[in-house]
Amino acid sequence: MGLLQLFRRTPPSAQVAKERLRIIVAQERSARGGGPDYLPLLRRELLEVIRKYVNVDPEAVHINLDRAHGHEVLELSVALPERAKAITR
Amino acid sequence: MTEIIVVTSGKGGVGKTTTSASIACGLARRGKRVAVIDFDIGLRNLDLIMGCERRVVYDFVNVIHGECTLKQALIRDKRLENLYVLAASQTRDKEALTPEGVQRVLDELAADGFDFILCDSPAGIEKGAHLAMYFADRAIVVVNPEVSSVRDSDRILGLLASKTLRAEKGNGGVREHLLLTRYSPRRVATGEMMSVADVKEILGLDVVGVIPESTDVLSASNAGTPVIFNESSVVSHAYQDAVARLLGETLPLRFTEEPRKGLFSRLFGT
Repeated sequence: MGLLQLFRRTPPSAQVAKERLRIIVAQERSARGGGPDYLPLLRRELLEVIRKYVNVDPEAVHINLDRAHGHEVLELSVALPERAKAITR
Repeated sequence: MTEIIVVTSGKGGVGKTTTSASIACGLARRGKRVAVIDFDIGLRNLDLIMGCERRVVYDFVNVIHGECTLKQALIRDKRLENLYVLAASQTRDKEALTPEGVQRVLDELAADGFDFILCDSPAGIEKGAHLAMYFADRAIVVVNPEVSSVRDSDRILGLLASKTLRAEKGNGGVREHLLLTRYSPRRVATGEMMSVADVKEILGLDVVGVIPESTDVLSASNAGTPVIFNESSVVSHAYQDAVARLLGETLPLRFTEEPRKGLFSRLFGT
C-alpha cells in the first residue's frame, strides 16, 4: 500500500464486493431455502401499496422470515427517503 | 468403502478440471485407488489435462449404452498405476447420461474396490452438473475470490443441499468443502481481492485448500501433466495440502500471505 492510498476515500474494492455478496447471497438463500414461495410476490405487492403513499426505492424494502422457538416472525423494514413526500392523490 | 467426491463450481473457467486432475493424482500418490470421471458430455477436456487424450478409445457414454465394458473404457494413468480416467463422450446428445446409467458405473467402480471416485462436473446447473453431484458423498466447491464465482458457488451449495441422493435420503447430506483458486495474496493485501476469510464468511464453509494464481497451471495443461507433479511450484504444494486435508489431516493454510515488505516499498508502494 503506497502513501497516496492512505488518503483515498473510496473503500477497497474487495470490501465492496464482500458487502454486495453478503446481501445478495442472503437474499437468494432466503428465496430458495426456508422462506415460503409467496415471499417475493408479497414483497412486490407490499412495495406497490407503499408506493401509493411514499416514493420509495424497490431496494429499500426488506422482508425477512425468521423461525424461532416454534413460531415465525415476518419482519418488514422499509427505509423511507430522507424527506418522505406524501404523494397527494 | 468408496467415497464419491464431486468437483463442482457453477461458474465455468474457475479450475474444476485442473483441480479434479491434481486431486485425483494427489490421492493416488498417497496410495489410494482412484477413478476420475469427466461429466462434461460434449466438451471432453479432462483427458487433455491428464495427458491421456490419445489413448481414449471408449468413453463414459459408451459404457452407459453397453457398447463396451467399464474395464475397456477406463484409461490407466501412465505415471500412477492405481489411477484411472474415464473420458467424457464427444456426443452432442445431452440426454446420453441417465441417472440409472451413472449409478451403474459408480456401483461397478465401488464393487471393484476403488477408494475414491472423483466426478469432474461441467459448468452450469444443467443435467451433467446435476448428475455429477447427485450420488456424491462429498463436494469440493471450486471458487475464485470474485463476485460472480462466489454467487454461483452459493447456488451450487443450494443444489447440493436439495438435489442430491444424500439430501433426499436425509442421511447427513453431502459434506462440502471450499477450494479457492487463482488466489493472489498481493491483491488481497492491497484490498483489490476478497480474502480467504471473506469468502469463507460469505459461503459459511470450511476451506480445504487455497491455490495461488500461477503461470505454472497453464504450463501444466500445455504439457498434459497435472500441476501437482511440478514439485518446484507452490501450486503443487497447495494441492498436496488440500489432498492431505481431504484425508483428514489438519494443516495450516500456506501461500495465502505475501512476504513482508520493507519500509521503503511500503511507503512508496512499489
